[in-house]
Order: sequence, then structure tokens, then C-alpha cells
Amino acid sequence: MDNNNTQDRRSFIKTCLKVLPAATLIPFLSIDAKAFAEEGYNPEDHNYAMGIDVHKCIGCGRCVRACKNENNVPDEPFYFRTWIERYIIPFEGETIVDSPDGGINGFGDAAVPEDAMMRTFFVPKICNHCAKPPCVQVCPVGATFTSRDGVVLVDNDYCIGCRYCIQACPYGARYLNPYTRTVDKCTFCYHRITKGLLPACVEACPTQARVFGEITDKSTPISYFRRFNEIQVLKPALNTEPKVFYAHLDGEVR
Amino acid sequence: MSKLKEKYLAIPEQIRIVTVLFAIFLIMFIFGRRLFIPKTFGEYGHYRAAAVDDIMQIGLVYAGHQACAECHDDVVAEKSQHMHKHVACENCHGPGYAHTQAPDEHPLTIPTDRSYCVLCHSYNPARPTGFPQIDPVTHNPDGACIDCHQPHAPQPPEVPEECGSCHERIVRTLGAGHHNSLPCTQCHDIKQEHKITPRDFLPTVPRTREFCGTCHSTKASSAKEIRRVDIVTHGENYFCGQCHFPHNPEVKI
Ligand code: HEC
Ligand code: HEC
Ligand code: HEC
Ligand code: HEC
Ligand code: HEC
Ligand code: HEC
Ligand code: HEC
Ligand code: HEC
Repeated sequence: MDNNNTQDRRSFIKTCLKVLPAATLIPFLSIDAKAFAEEGYNPEDHNYAMGIDVHKCIGCGRCVRACKNENNVPDEPFYFRTWIERYIIPFEGETIVDSPDGGINGFGDAAVPEDAMMRTFFVPKICNHCAKPPCVQVCPVGATFTSRDGVVLVDNDYCIGCRYCIQACPYGARYLNPYTRTVDKCTFCYHRITKGLLPACVEACPTQARVFGEITDKSTPISYFRRFNEIQVLKPALNTEPKVFYAHLDGEVR
Repeated sequence: MSKLKEKYLAIPEQIRIVTVLFAIFLIMFIFGRRLFIPKTFGEYGHYRAAAVDDIMQIGLVYAGHQACAECHDDVVAEKSQHMHKHVACENCHGPGYAHTQAPDEHPLTIPTDRSYCVLCHSYNPARPTGFPQIDPVTHNPDGACIDCHQPHAPQPPEVPEECGSCHERIVRTLGAGHHNSLPCTQCHDIKQEHKITPRDFLPTVPRTREFCGTCHSTKASSAKEIRRVDIVTHGENYFCGQCHFPHNPEVKI
């Protein structure tokens, strides 16, 4: 009887020692399970980018409309995740840039007559999802961040609406949502791309002026786009390393 | 017991107070940190890892161009053969995710109004040349666009005579300059098919000095009032178009 008891105690301690290392593994296992719950989507395998061919843009504003619909962006002017600018470089005088309502209803007559225009074209603008984002650095609470697949996101629940990041973004890509009182910006339609769909603006573009995909993958439209076009990014001097690439971008574009 | 108490009392009072305060502070700090820092913060970086999941859970509004084929394969097949092949269905019919889930409960809109097509097709000099553009004020103002153009297979009901329906800016430029008397076809060989599927039948573009010389050479037998240059020496080594814009040839000294 006594003997048995000691046996029990010993085996109990033994099992304890066996279980202990396994127990330390539990947190790691739970992360794995979580990744699994994301239906096999592993952010580490992805690195997204967008290409914009300025030559192809017709300024119809369908991307702006689609973006507002998809992402519940307030309908009033001045709140945009993506918008279109019209550039007019006249023979004489300063370059004119306008963007009535972000171009959501197209573009009407310009401020100068047609025969005074030397060059004129449309430039779609969007968050550049910089590899070195200045907006992320200034956030005092960690509510904006670069996800593991390279998309700059905003945590709506955690944002305190201090607007530092709006100030820090050199591209003007962020705005304060007047209803949620938190900062909002383009997410590359993160909820779409993680399901294998295209961002709403790319989906809507009728002339394929926008292409989207993975820069890591060799055979995607975006790889082709980067390989066979002369590529520019906006404000390269700031060293933000944008992941929105422009083809046929005019030097006047700021 | 009393020994412990003695030891405790031997510590100077200030230190005792500071220690107690420190302990309270430490507990509050640990407790506060727990309270204020969200659960998954710092898992992958200086942010709340669960936020990524939250954003991924946002519902879809647009179904995507693949989704319509399941039930409307006839329309999809027709559209893919024509010029609107890259214009997504939901671009004209509006966001359709709800419709794909329950078609009868969420019917889509049908843009029959002229103003809708005009968003893409009204003339604007900033649009690239070759893009089909019309002036909505003068282009058959009395009818709806879809009276004459099939929206899923748009084609002009008759082959357009004018190059201006797609190259309006060039037509205007040409009309304003010295070459206004020349038809486009004087310089460009064009097949009729170019006006229907333009990119499959690109016209020729003259890029030789001899070509301009057929009218402007001192030896040419063209109309007398046309100004002449010696095409061997005048601006040699360059194509004429590099100094004189062919659609609006100006002579600037
Ligand atoms: C699950 C099958 C299904 C899918 C997927 C679907 N539809 Fe439909 N759609 C229907 C049915 C059924 C009707 C007829 C409903 C009615 O007549 O009220 C319909 C009607 C329509 C109509 C209106 C026709 C009319 O006469 O009023 C349009 C426009 C339309 N669909 C467009 C789309 C587009 C664009 C998509 C892709 C985003 C799509 N549908 C995807 C089943 C589908
Ligand atoms: C350029 C805009 C445009 C695009 C792109 C477009 N539609 Fe339409 N669609 C229309 C218009 C306009 C009508 C109304 C036609 C009419 O009444 O004669 C229509 C009618 C329809 C109808 C009902 C009548 C019919 O012809 O059966 C369906 C269904 C439909 N569209 C589905 C689609 C689907 C699916 C796609 C994508 C493959 C698509 N549409 C793309 C403009 C468009
Ligand atoms: C979202 C933009 C968009 C809308 C809206 C749109 N189109 Fe188009 N349309 C295009 C594009 C893009 C092309 C192809 C141009 C090209 O390939 O160069 C085109 C081509 C055409 C052509 C020329 C076809 C040819 O063979 O020359 C006609 C005609 C046309 N569309 C009519 C319409 C009509 C009618 C509507 C309204 C029902 C409409 N479009 C709405 C984008 C649009
Ligand atoms: C009464 C019939 C009619 C109506 C209504 C009409 N069109 Fe046309 N459209 C034509 C004809 C005919 C042509 C070809 C001759 C020409 O260029 O004028 C044409 C040419 C075009 C072209 C140039 C396509 C090409 O390949 O050259 C576009 C774009 C176009 N129409 C768009 C529209 C739009 C947008 C509307 C509505 C705002 C519209 N049309 C209304 C008859 C019509
Ligand atoms: C249906 C619309 C349409 C009509 C009508 C049209 N074009 Fe074009 N044209 C295009 C497109 C699209 C391109 C290609 C533009 C591009 O890819 O940059 C083009 C290109 C051209 C080019 C340049 C070819 C090159 O190698 O770069 C010439 C020249 C030209 N067109 C002349 C004409 C002339 C002349 C007419 C009238 C007889 C005419 N086009 C009518 C759509 C049209
Ligand atoms: C005097 C001869 C001449 C006439 C007339 C002329 N072109 Fe051209 N066109 C040229 C030449 C030369 C080029 C090549 C310019 C270059 O690449 O430097 C050209 C280029 C083009 C291009 C492609 C480059 C561009 O600017 O997009 C188009 C499109 C075009 N022409 C359309 C037209 C149309 C439409 C008309 C009639 C309204 C017309 N051309 C009349 C000589 C002419
Ligand atoms: C079919 C005959 C013809 C061809 C081919 C032609 N031109 Fe002309 N050109 C004319 C006519 C007619 C005028 C107007 C009369 C004038 O002012 O000399 C003119 C005017 C000019 C002028 C303006 C001279 C002035 O008065 O300021 C220049 C420059 C010119 N052409 C250059 C060119 C170039 C460059 C080409 C080749 C791309 C070319 N032309 C091809 C017929 C032609
Ligand atoms: C290096 C630039 C250059 C090139 C290349 C060039 N031109 Fe000129 N062209 C000029 C200048 C500058 C003038 C005005 C001064 C002059 O009369 O020499 C002129 C004048 C002309 C005139 C008007 C002459 C007059 O009597 O007023 C014609 C016509 C003309 N060029 C045609 C051509 C043709 C045809 C070609 C191609 C064979 C050509 N040019 C190539 C620069 C050039």
C-alpha cells in the first residue's frame, strides 16, 4: 500500500515534468491555430503593390466612386481614400492642378482654354503604402502600423484622433472621419485582397490604368508593369519608398 | 514575530513610506498596463494584432468581376468580345455583392441615363488620344445612348466617318493651323477597321523627310502657294516633325 503510494507520487512528478515542456508550447500552438482560422491566409507570403499608368487614365472618377462605396467613406467632398487630379501645363504661366470633388463626377471645363494648354493629363492619387511610412512613426499610441504583408493600416478601435499622422503624410492620403472621429485611409481594400479579390478601385478602372498584385511573385501584372515601364514614385526625395508605382509620370506632378 | 517587527521599525520612517508608495505604484502600474494595453498588442509589432483580423472581417460591397459569370454568363460572354471588355459590370450596375447573395431581394440599378455614359465618353483634352469621346451636347442629343449603342457590346451603329470621335484634340489642333486643308488620310493610311477595333489596325505614321518633301521640296510638283525648302539641306539630320509639329506646323525662328 505504502509502496503503491510512493509509486503514485513518483509517477505524478514524472508526468508533471513531461507535461511542463508541452505546456510551454501551448501559446505557440494557439498562434498556429489562429493563422489557420484565417483560412490559410499567411501574411508573410505576400507583399502588395499598385501600378498606375498615367497615360491610360481617362479621369472618369469610377475608382473614387467605387472606393467610397466599398469602404464607407463619407460622401461629402474632401474625404477621400483615392482621388484624381487634373494637371494642365499651359504654354505660359503656372501649372494648374484641380480635383473637383476628387473627380468623383468627372471633370468639366478647365480654367484655361484648350489652345492655351501645352500638356494636360489626369493623375490618380492614393496612399502610397510606403515601406518607410512617416505616418506610422509619429503615431503616439501604435494605432497605425505596417501589417506583415506590407499594407499600412489604421486600427479604428485604438486611434485617438490626434491627427499627427495626417500632418506627417507627405501625400495627403489621410483624413479624419467626421463620424467615427478616427483617422481613415486607403487599406488597399485589405478585406478584399486577403480574400483574393482586387481592390475596388482597380476593379472599377475601365482602362486598366491601375494594376495591383504582388511584387514578390514573378508573373503578376504588377511585375510586368514594373519591368516594362519606366517607373517613378511620388516625392522620391523624401525616401519614403512608396509601393505605388507610376508609369509615364510627368515631372510637374507633385 | 517581535523580532521582525523590531527590524521593521529599525528602518528609517522615510524609507518605509517610500517603499510602501513604491509598492503601490508598482501594483498600479502593472494593473494599469494590463488594463490599458489591449490583449494582442505587440504580438507582431507595435500594434494590436487583432486589428488586422478586424479589418479582414469587413464585409464586401463589390462582388468582383468574376462573380457575375455564374448566373449571367450570356452577358459576360458578349461583353468580353467587345470594347467594354475591361469595364466591370458593377461599374455600370453598381455594387453587387448583396445581389449575388440574394438576386431577387437586391436588384441592381440599370443606368439608362445619358449622363452616365458621358462620365467616361465626354470629350476632355486631358484624356488620352484614341479614347472614344463625343461632345454630349451635339452628339445625337435627343436619344438615350442605349437607343443606338448596345451597352454590353458598344459599337457605333455606322462606322464613324470622323476621326474626331476618338482623336478630337488632334482634329482641333489640325484645324487651327496651316495644315487645316489636309485630310488626316493625306498623311495616314488607314483601314476602315481602325475605327471599330482601333488597336488591331493601327494606321501608318509618316516619319521620313521625303514624305513632307512631296509637297514642300523645291522640286515637288505641288500647289504653288505651298512654301518650299531644300529638303536635302534644310534642317538636315532631323525628321521635319521634330521642328515643325505636323498637326500644327509653325515656323518659329
Ligand atoms: C446567384 C445568381 C446571380 C448572380 C451571381 C448575379 N445575378 Fe444578376 N440577376 C440574377 C437574377 C435571378 C436576376 C433576375 C432578378 C429579377 O428579375 O428581379 C438578376 C438580375 C440582374 C439585373 C437586372 C435585370 C433587370 O432586368 O432588372 C442586373 C443588372 C444584374 N442582375 C446584374 C448582375 C451583376 C452585375 C452581377 C455581378 C456582380 C450579377 N448580376 C450577379 C441572378 C444573379
Ligand atoms: C457600360 C455600362 C454597362 C456595363 C459595363 C454592363 N452593363 Fe449590363 N446593362 C447596361 C445597360 C445600360 C442596360 C440596359 C440595356 C437596355 O435596357 O437596353 C443593361 C442591362 C443589363 C441586364 C438586363 C437586360 C439584359 O440585357 O439582359 C443585365 C442582366 C445586365 N445588364 C448584366 C450585366 C452584366 C452581368 C455585366 C458584366 C458582364 C454588365 N451588365 C455590364 C449597362 C452596362
Ligand atoms: C467606366 C467608363 C465607361 C462607361 C461608363 C462607359 N464606357 Fe463606353 N467605353 C469605355 C472604354 C474603356 C471603351 C474602350 C476604349 C478603348 O478600348 O480604347 C469604351 C468604348 C465605347 C465605344 C466605342 C466602341 C467602338 O467600337 O468604337 C462606345 C460606342 C461606347 N463605349 C459607348 C458607351 C455607352 C453607350 C455607354 C453608356 C451605356 C458607355 N460607353 C459607358 C468606358 C466606358
Ligand atoms: C441616334 C443614335 C445615337 C445616339 C442617341 C447616340 N449615339 Fe453615339 N454614335 C452614333 C453614331 C451613328 C456614331 C458614329 C458616327 C459618329 O461618330 O458620329 C456614334 C459614335 C459614338 C462614339 C464614338 C465611337 C467610335 O467608335 O467612333 C461614342 C463614344 C458614342 N457614340 C457614345 C455615345 C454616347 C455616350 C451617347 C449618349 C450620350 C450616344 N453615343 C448617343 C449614334 C448615336
Ligand atoms: C474608335 C476610335 C478611333 C477612331 C474613330 C479613329 N482612331 Fe485612330 N486610334 C485609336 C486608338 C485607340 C489608337 C491607339 C492609341 C494608342 O494606343 O496610343 C489610335 C491610333 C491612331 C494613330 C497612331 C498610330 C500609331 O502607330 O501610334 C493614328 C495615326 C490614327 N489613330 C489615325 C486615325 C485617323 C486618321 C482616323 C480617322 C480616319 C482615326 N485614327 C480614327 C482610335 C480611333
Ligand atoms: C501633314 C501630315 C499629317 C496630317 C494631315 C495628319 N497627321 Fe497625324 N501625324 C503626322 C505625323 C508626321 C505624325 C508623327 C508625329 C511624331 O511621332 O513625331 C502623326 C501622328 C499622329 C498620331 C499619333 C501621335 C499622337 O499625337 O497621338 C495620331 C493619333 C494622329 N497623327 C492622328 C491624326 C489625325 C486624327 C489626323 C486628322 C485630323 C491627322 N493625324 C492628320 C502627320 C499628319
Ligand atoms: C499634301 C501636301 C503637304 C504635305 C504632305 C505636307 N504639307 Fe506642310 N503644308 C501644306 C500646305 C497646303 C500648307 C499651307 C500653305 C503654306 O502656308 O505654306 C503647309 C504648311 C506647312 C508649314 C507652314 C509654313 C508657314 O507658312 O508657316 C510647315 C512648317 C509645314 N507645312 C511642314 C510640313 C511637314 C513637317 C510635313 C511633313 C510631316 C508637311 N508639311 C507635309 C501641304 C503639305
Ligand atoms: C532643325 C529644325 C528644322 C527641321 C528638322 C526642319 N525645319 Fe523647316 N524650318 C525650320 C526653321 C527654324 C524655319 C524658319 C527659318 C527658315 O526659313 O529657315 C523653317 C522653315 C520651314 C518652312 C517655311 C519656309 C518659308 O519659306 O517660310 C517650311 C515649309 C519648312 N520649314 C518645311 C520643312 C520640311 C518639309 C522639313 C523636313 C524636310 C523641315 N522643315 C525640317 C526648322 C526646321
